[in-house]
Amino acid sequence: MGKIVAVTGNEACAQALKQINPDVCAAYPITPATDLMQRFSSFVNDGKVDTELVLVESEHSAMSACIGAAAAGGRVATATSSQGLALMWEMLYIAAGTRLPIIMPLVNRALSAPLNIHGDHSDGMGARDTGWIQIYSENAQEAYDNTIQAFRIAEHLDIRLPAMVCMDGFIVSHSIERVEYIDDADVKKFVGKFQAVHPLLDLDNPKSYGPLILTDLYHEYKRAQHEVMTKVPKVVLEVASDFEKMAGRKYGLFETYRLEDAEMAIVVMSSAAGTTKDIIDQYRDKGVKIGLLKPRIFRPFPYLEIADALKHVKAIAVLDRADSFGGYGPLFMEIAGSVMSMASKPAMINKIFGLGGRDYLPDQAEGVIDELIKVAQTGKVPAVKEYIGVKE
Amino acid sequence: MSKKFWETLPQGSVVLEAGSSAKFKTGGWRSMRPKWIEENCIQCMFCWMYCPDMSIKVTAEGKRAEFDYDYCKGCGICALECPGKKGKKAIVMEEEGK
Ligand code: SF4
Ligand code: SF4
Repeated sequence: MGKIVAVTGNEACAQALKQINPDVCAAYPITPATDLMQRFSSFVNDGKVDTELVLVESEHSAMSACIGAAAAGGRVATATSSQGLALMWEMLYIAAGTRLPIIMPLVNRALSAPLNIHGDHSDGMGARDTGWIQIYSENAQEAYDNTIQAFRIAEHLDIRLPAMVCMDGFIVSHSIERVEYIDDADVKKFVGKFQAVHPLLDLDNPKSYGPLILTDLYHEYKRAQHEVMTKVPKVVLEVASDFEKMAGRKYGLFETYRLEDAEMAIVVMSSAAGTTKDIIDQYRDKGVKIGLLKPRIFRPFPYLEIADALKHVKAIAVLDRADSFGGYGPLFMEIAGSVMSMASKPAMINKIFGLGGRDYLPDQAEGVIDELIKVAQTGKVPAVKEYIGVKE
Repeated sequence: MSKKFWETLPQGSVVLEAGSSAKFKTGGWRSMRPKWIEENCIQCMFCWMYCPDMSIKVTAEGKRAEFDYDYCKGCGICALECPGKKGKKAIVMEEEGK
């Protein structure tokens, strides 16, 4: 039986890393992820883990050191946020292209300029195409559970890809919540022993990492990289099923809430899903048939599975906590990709909310539902993309 | 089901064969060719030390031998570093195909 504690999202993730006890961790502090690694480094200092902690001079070096350690044959983790992730950019592609299962909690934060330290999804969305698996968490419990599951998913022998476990900066990383910790021995058994694939430290079998591959084979390597991503959903579900057996908490590719008989749906990720569920309950009490879909795995994106879950609704509002200037919100574009495969297509609206940590308040969710009711009734969409919660 | 060609590539583009770079004869890239003038050579082995492509052959007795033109890319580092004898270089660079 696990232990019930009151902790922040950062603390819960640090605890997961402590229980997993990675071989190497190279990190550089950045708000709001600093506190996660600071807690982990005290576990290193106090001898609670055997991890080799590499203190580096930048996030570019942090990811480079993680890549080296993973290629050497170690189980490797780090954590970052925002500008830190942006500085890792070139190395993120190398970690994925080299198929190294590095695990990285990403404490989602806005990107400069203007400088802002609060939570939105701009950082994670910017890393969408790096080839990393991306898992988004609604609260501290999910961040903890997802970190543990991420090791199993990333290290699966059919996958071997790096994975980011995302949680909202400050809203989740620094808020104290009720979290159920799993026993150390159970976590250890669940993640299992690390299996190295082509380790550089296997000196009897010398090999080279990072070759130059030009027009003759690059295209084929990228084709193969996409193929591996297509195998991820099956592994995510297998791992989730084992996790449920151990911890009793159920996970999937996405979560649905009162969606089965809904005529309208809101699609939103991470902490804002919690507020939205409350407002959905209020509208349900008034007889409004509205439900929610919360994507958990953003890469690979489960287009067809989501299309199936949304196929019966008349109207969808997609709420993005990130923007693509001159384009629709990144989550909206993915949901539009899902809708494309449907025989009868629901009307869709896109709301950009909560940038730079702006609070997402119940009245914003109410406004979205009121608009969605009109859209569902008339089938007309006055404006596809709008900003909510903007001071006017 | 038989695998497609791209499914057979080694995971993560790791090169699993040791020393496979010997298969790539980079000498074809060369536009300038180093020439060894043996009478000016003092056997200091600077060229052997500096060559980034291990293209200075060495005899069993540890003496400097001819260039390995299969791999020499013609960078000219050896010619620059060569002290030669009495102000006369033991390596000069000449245009390839001259
Ligand atoms: S020219 Fe460059 S590559 Fe060729 S032998 Fe001299 S140092 Fe080596
Ligand atoms: S550097 Fe010049 S002098 Fe020295 S060994 Fe090479 S060719 Fe001879």
